[in-house]
Amino acid sequence: MSPDHTSPAIELINVSRRFLTPDGKSMTALRDFNMSVARGEFVAVVGPTGCGKSTTLNLVTGLARPSAGEVRVMGAAVDGIDPRIGFVFQTDALFPWRSVIDNVVTGPLFRGMAPEPAYAKAREWLTRVNLSIHATKFPHQLSGGMRKRVSLAQTFINEPQILLMDEPFSALDVQTRVLMHEELLKLWSQSKASVVFVTHDLEEAIALADKVYVLTSGPATVKSVYSIDIPRPRIVSEIRYDKAFIDISRTIWEDLRDEVLRGAERDEARVS
Amino acid sequence: MMNTTTISAVPVFQPGTSDAEIEAAAAQAAQKRKFAVYFWRYFILIVFLGGWELAVRFKLIDVFFYSSPWFIILRLKEWVVEGTAEGSLWFHLWVTMEESLLGFFSGSIAGIIAGIALGRNKMLADVFSIYIKVINSIPRVVLAPIFIMIFGLGLTSKVALSFVMVFFVVFSNAFQGVVEADRNLLANAQILGAKGWQLTRSVVIPSAMSWIFASLHVSFGFAIVGAIVGEFVGARYGIGLLINVAKGSFDAAGMYAAIVIIMVVALAAEYAMTRVENRLAKWRPAPLQELQ
Repeated sequence: MSPDHTSPAIELINVSRRFLTPDGKSMTALRDFNMSVARGEFVAVVGPTGCGKSTTLNLVTGLARPSAGEVRVMGAAVDGIDPRIGFVFQTDALFPWRSVIDNVVTGPLFRGMAPEPAYAKAREWLTRVNLSIHATKFPHQLSGGMRKRVSLAQTFINEPQILLMDEPFSALDVQTRVLMHEELLKLWSQSKASVVFVTHDLEEAIALADKVYVLTSGPATVKSVYSIDIPRPRIVSEIRYDKAFIDISRTIWEDLRDEVLRGAERDEARVS
Repeated sequence: MMNTTTISAVPVFQPGTSDAEIEAAAAQAAQKRKFAVYFWRYFILIVFLGGWELAVRFKLIDVFFYSSPWFIILRLKEWVVEGTAEGSLWFHLWVTMEESLLGFFSGSIAGIIAGIALGRNKMLADVFSIYIKVINSIPRVVLAPIFIMIFGLGLTSKVALSFVMVFFVVFSNAFQGVVEADRNLLANAQILGAKGWQLTRSVVIPSAMSWIFASLHVSFGFAIVGAIVGEFVGARYGIGLLINVAKGSFDAAGMYAAIVIIMVVALAAEYAMTRVENRLAKWRPAPLQELQ
């Protein structure tokens, strides 16, 4: 690890990622992909379904390796799972056999913290996401939004410097999603982590991020990058009626639409 | 002019039942259903045993081959009160239980360990899967004479037979459970910081647990089968020996009595297993009940 404090939090340099499909064919998910996330920056990645958005995140975690190119985290090449990274999954990734507090405490315990301070910390995080009274319940007893808040607490308790989110709120209903956006921005503004937020929801991307990456339909590469100059703190539930917001989302949508159409055509061709 | 404002957006309440009434009705229906289930259970039992007894009394079937519920009860009473011709019933029962329990625990522990090891290691799994298939294709009971030849008439040969009966069932379930562990949960645990053994202990084993438990239910029965078949082929003590002796003296009541004892033991074990499983699986959602 280099003691370099100026390098970007995440860099993907000319990254390609191929893998074998179950019938033995080689498939390219990412091609010549370049991305750079500054420290404390909130980046959203949008693109058509199935274009390889999630692959970018797996490369940063070290769960997947690039076929070509280089992935750097805090200036050093990725080698295995980096403890400074937190990840929020699209589907439920809570441990169903553990109670809420036991789910939140897993990170610190895995990382070797003694049980007593670990549980104290977990209780503190449950208070922050307003779930203290449900500490001893099991995940299946909670609503979708509550489970997501447990996931956030489970991730943030490790104090990640880099936060990766893979369509984390896509399974929630629209109202709950807006509440979760507020929650996320609140937690993020306290932690100042660098975030990569993958989504197919353009409005979500613009409402949350400093920078939006638009990807081409697969194999994915960066089509364009937009800076979102809407001042913070943002109120997600109202921002969508903002003039600047509407202008930006129209511009980006013009760009994204072609890719969505192409992606849909390709899917139809594949099915037929 | 027509007043259109009252047409929509007015909630229409049916003059209906309150929640309390629905709940009371549901509780009553559940009670009734439970009663009906028990009624039919006992009814079938009584018809079966009564039919058997009457068929013997009216000489429709030969008591020499089929004995009768009453003779079986008498034989059980005799065994319990006076002991069998081969000694105390409880001693024989204890011997069979000891063999079954030893076979069950050693077989399931070995099965779980092997299942998890092969489930976690693709290379090991690919190498050993063919051998496991081959060995698994052997009908287990044909091993009984071999084990008795190798280990003698004592405890060891029965435990060995019980072991092989249990091992493969538990192994294949544990293996399947590990292979089907949720990818997301594994990835999540790894990113949260789990390494090596932590990952196995905190994700792999709990997610394989429901598979493993399903196999344990079946395999305790198999453990008893292993012990009894072993005793059958050659032993000095045990319920299997009692059956063998009864067979030798054409004592139908004795054979059926031994079967009843085994049934009671197996049911008790099944009940205990369900209790343990329910305790361990309290995190699982209970299904909602349909209102009828």
